[in-house]
Amino acid sequence: MSALLSGAVLAALGCYAVASILVLVRLVRGPRAQDRVFALDLLYCCAMLVTLVLGIRYQSDVYYEAALLIALFSFVSSSGLAKFILRGEVIE
Amino acid sequence: MSAAVPLWVEGVVAALLVLSGVFVVIAAIGFSFLRDFFQRMHPPALAYTFGNWCVTLASIVYFSTREERVAAHPVLITVTLAMTVPVTTVLLARVTLFRRRMANAPGTPLPMTSSHRSTEGME
Repeated sequence: MSALLSGAVLAALGCYAVASILVLVRLVRGPRAQDRVFALDLLYCCAMLVTLVLGIRYQSDVYYEAALLIALFSFVSSSGLAKFILRGEVIE
Repeated sequence: MSAAVPLWVEGVVAALLVLSGVFVVIAAIGFSFLRDFFQRMHPPALAYTFGNWCVTLASIVYFSTREERVAAHPVLITVTLAMTVPVTTVLLARVTLFRRRMANAPGTPLPMTSSHRSTEGME
């Protein structure tokens, strides 16, 4: 792996870290529950992108499956939480 | 089976990765600093579409070159996000609308009443 690619990987991971911190601030500050759920969804997205980039960094295919699982968990948790806020129960 | 990746391919991959990072940071800044929830809903779409597409394309280009076969499976992640993210977003928008109606917040649109539809012969 050349210095160009490893530098780009580092830059992308740094960008994701900054984005995660900004989203985390929103998750802590609120102000309402729906903001927190959306922030959690965006944090899941950041984690998924980090996993994909690490897959390129360590040249392994396994990371892709982990990223797919994180994407699915993100959908399940966020839509479940949104449904709970809307109705008071997840499955009616 | 792993071939050496030429420098220009690594350049393309590096550019896509940096672009994705920039898009995600823009999305996070918008999400963190806009004032209203309905304004904050929109910037994350950048992370879910452009940010994700760039990383997926970089992954496809890199692994296809390295393993000398078409490694297009990361497209599945893009497809998954394209199917699931609108559902979550619309659900959260409905949550916000519902809660503001319950709280009688000013400026909240009222639900469509039957008088709107009766002119079209719906009822």
